[in-house]
Amino acid sequence: MQTSFTAAQLRDPATAAANQVLRTCVHCGFCTATCPTFVLLGDELDSPRGRIYLIKEMLEAGRPATAAVVLHVDRCLSCLSCMTTCPSGVHYMHLVDHARATIERTYRRPWHERALRALLAWVLPHPGRLRLVLAAARLARPFAGLLPRGGMSFRRVRAMLATAPGRLPPASPLDGVRVHRAEGPRRFRVALLDGCAQRVLNPAINDATIRLLTRLGGEVVVSAGAGCCGGLTHHMGRHDQALASVRANIAAWSREITGNGLDGIVVNAAGCGTMLKDYGFMMRGEPEAEAASQVAALAMDITEALVKLGYAPSRPAPGLTVAYHAACSLQHGQGVTDAPRMLLRKAGFRVVEPAEAHLCCGSAGTYNLLQPDLAAALRDRKLANLCATAPDMVATGNIGCMTQLAGHGLPVVHTVELLDWMAGGPRPG
Amino acid sequence: MIAQLPPRQDVLARRDAIVAGLRRLLAPDAVIAEPDLLKPYETDGMSCHRQVPLAVVLPATTAEVAAVMAFLHREGVCVVARGAGTSLSGGALPMQDAVVIGVMRMNRILEIDYADRLAVVQAGVTNLGITQAMEGRGFFYAPDPSSQLACMIGGNVAMNSGGAHCLRYGVTTNNLLGLKLVTVEGEVVDIGGGHLDAAGYDWLGLLTGSEGQLAIVTEVTVRILRAAEGARAMLAAFRANDVAGDCVAAIIASGIIPVALEFMDRPAIHACEAFAHAGYPLDAEAMLIIEVEGSAAEQDDLLGRIGEICRRHDPISLRISASAAESAAIWKGRKGAFGAVGRISPDYLCMDGVIPTSRLAEVLRRIGAMSAEYGLQVANIFHAGDGNLHPLIMFDANEPDSFDRAERFGADILRLCVEMGGCLTGEHGVGVEKRDLMVVQFTAAELDQQRRVKSAFDPGWLLNPSKVFPLQVPPA
Ligand code: SF4
Ligand code: SF4
Repeated sequence: MQTSFTAAQLRDPATAAANQVLRTCVHCGFCTATCPTFVLLGDELDSPRGRIYLIKEMLEAGRPATAAVVLHVDRCLSCLSCMTTCPSGVHYMHLVDHARATIERTYRRPWHERALRALLAWVLPHPGRLRLVLAAARLARPFAGLLPRGGMSFRRVRAMLATAPGRLPPASPLDGVRVHRAEGPRRFRVALLDGCAQRVLNPAINDATIRLLTRLGGEVVVSAGAGCCGGLTHHMGRHDQALASVRANIAAWSREITGNGLDGIVVNAAGCGTMLKDYGFMMRGEPEAEAASQVAALAMDITEALVKLGYAPSRPAPGLTVAYHAACSLQHGQGVTDAPRMLLRKAGFRVVEPAEAHLCCGSAGTYNLLQPDLAAALRDRKLANLCATAPDMVATGNIGCMTQLAGHGLPVVHTVELLDWMAGGPRPG
Repeated sequence: MIAQLPPRQDVLARRDAIVAGLRRLLAPDAVIAEPDLLKPYETDGMSCHRQVPLAVVLPATTAEVAAVMAFLHREGVCVVARGAGTSLSGGALPMQDAVVIGVMRMNRILEIDYADRLAVVQAGVTNLGITQAMEGRGFFYAPDPSSQLACMIGGNVAMNSGGAHCLRYGVTTNNLLGLKLVTVEGEVVDIGGGHLDAAGYDWLGLLTGSEGQLAIVTEVTVRILRAAEGARAMLAAFRANDVAGDCVAAIIASGIIPVALEFMDRPAIHACEAFAHAGYPLDAEAMLIIEVEGSAAEQDDLLGRIGEICRRHDPISLRISASAAESAAIWKGRKGAFGAVGRISPDYLCMDGVIPTSRLAEVLRRIGAMSAEYGLQVANIFHAGDGNLHPLIMFDANEPDSFDRAERFGADILRLCVEMGGCLTGEHGVGVEKRDLMVVQFTAAELDQQRRVKSAFDPGWLLNPSKVFPLQVPPA
């Protein structure tokens, strides 16, 4: 597609990168068909191609973002379905990330939105703060009915209260342990990104991951100094805050690499995995560029690691039907599609696929809190498709999807919980 | 920028009142009139032509379309219909004084009748969406344009779209049973219905391919077919374009009709392989995708006979797809071909002409010579079985004269098609792209006759003017 940036604009590396993405788009429109918001809203402006165009105009004009443009970019889930559909290889993720940062820089949101976003960015990446806030939310939940019905802000608060789990699971005894020794001789050594929100919401996922890896002869380290991947703040356009997280992680894992060495950095929250794998691009031109690329190259989803290491079950097949819900960050963001299905089958489950498997469930990081109406519509659509497969349970590789889909009659577990169970771990649930 | 009819100044002057009138008829988010939100609607799949419209409306029902049409008719405002906006001939290019009616929200499947083998769908259902709605039932809707994932049935009717499999199943017009239309005055009309041949004039035939110039389609009744027992694709790689062209002619001449017979040349093979990882032969100058259908025994027999013919043309390799996944990858590459060319060139013009199959080799040679002359690369992708050519001319829109050269090159290719005894458009429609070349194909008298047909439906020329016919002010 033609663009009209000035030479001066193109001297800015971020604009040059955006221009590159825009030039790759041939405006064919294929991506509109698989975009969840276009399917729901039927407006080009809520489609990838429409957003690409809005972003192009915003960047070319070099003017502050307008409320109208912000509305349509905010509605984007960053599910990246458009990227797997695009035949031309348009890197929509890099473009929309840049747009979000531009919006954050040039657009002043209404005060209640600013407050909400600041709160989310302050709480979510920090397990301690999250625990506190969730406890408060549990206390506040009975009062949700007192909130006025109308108004986006109130609907958001209501969504938050509804999303907060009724009772938090206690922290796992494995939480906080730095090194988990291999069972038997050590075959490999990996770092585990132990996640921020996930650790609080569902510690069983990390426990299962650690058991799966150590059982296969892995030493699992949780590196001091590594924490939130930076994704939550990155997707809110909070560039500096995200970069601080990224830098801390790169430093921590680089120490590990030069120290005892690493064969991989294992991630069991697909959203974080997409982020880690993009560290190289994020840090381009920075002093840490090389280290960032090294970290990105080592990052792998837990299912990729298990395929590589040769996972095998030890219990007899349970005779259960599992509907596999492909998390967007895994299927679109990382292109990991076969590994989880294959492993579940190998573990002895009958694996079924819902219709519209490419469509997002509406979780999408903080999306279900910031866009509660669209998120709920997508959740209901996803649940209907999952129910139609009549499964005993749903398995997925991302904590966000689990929280979004849970509590509607279908048991939802993390893929690793099922794999661990069949390899000798506890029965999930 | 392509010339359009001069905007009606009185309409531009009444813009605010017209928008206000539209807002009274539709939901608040169904009328778009803010300048920065209109921008993404300024173009379609042919993004070299752009024009911001007066407004965009997104009606959700036939009744809303009718109300909008009646209002705009009273106001004397032009209308451009838009489906998914995937047109490669600029069929949905807006006009400054026109309101774009997008049918994207009309995306419901209304009825599927397996016994009578028909489906009734709204105009904004995607082409592939019809087949997907019948998943597991063994039925499908046959025409399959490359953009079938995204393009909408309303647009397919407007352009009489084809696709890779129309060699066997025919194009859109051969697969339609009925239409619900809104006339320029805002009247709702049903034509055809649940049977193959309607009484009276063949209105269905006239309206299919009329490029949004006679009425707005809101519902479509399509024929659905039972899918064959199985299908398999074969990839045949050749040393030169004309050898592959000769092979196509030989297959057709033998009396075998495969369900699809697709051609790609070297640049196309490389671009598509990078996207689909289908195992296309990268050492080949030209490749054919040949698909057959039927029982396993029928497939074996057909592939055997076709393989025999291919072997007489000194192929580099012949490969028969061994699994459904392999076939899917082969088709993914072909269907994504246009976009995939976006990987090797920032912009392209996708041409669409038809030539007699027997002249394929000669045409390819001439296109090669023109490519050198214009200094522009071309990737050739087409439905070789029925001679529907899609040369993709690559250029760089950010370079000043490159688009101009590409357009002239494209016009030369289409002239060549007519000279070879073919025609200007296979399945993309005339749109704005081939508007001015219509005089190569038709005499002035023939064009006037066609204009009179339009005038009969739309005396004020409010429906998608500036398309199909060379500009003439005032219209005939
Ligand atoms: S990331 Fe998802 S929601 Fe956003 S434009 Fe792409 S497909 Fe649509
Ligand atoms: S599919 Fe890719 S090339 Fe086509 S419009 Fe979407 S982003 Fe652009």
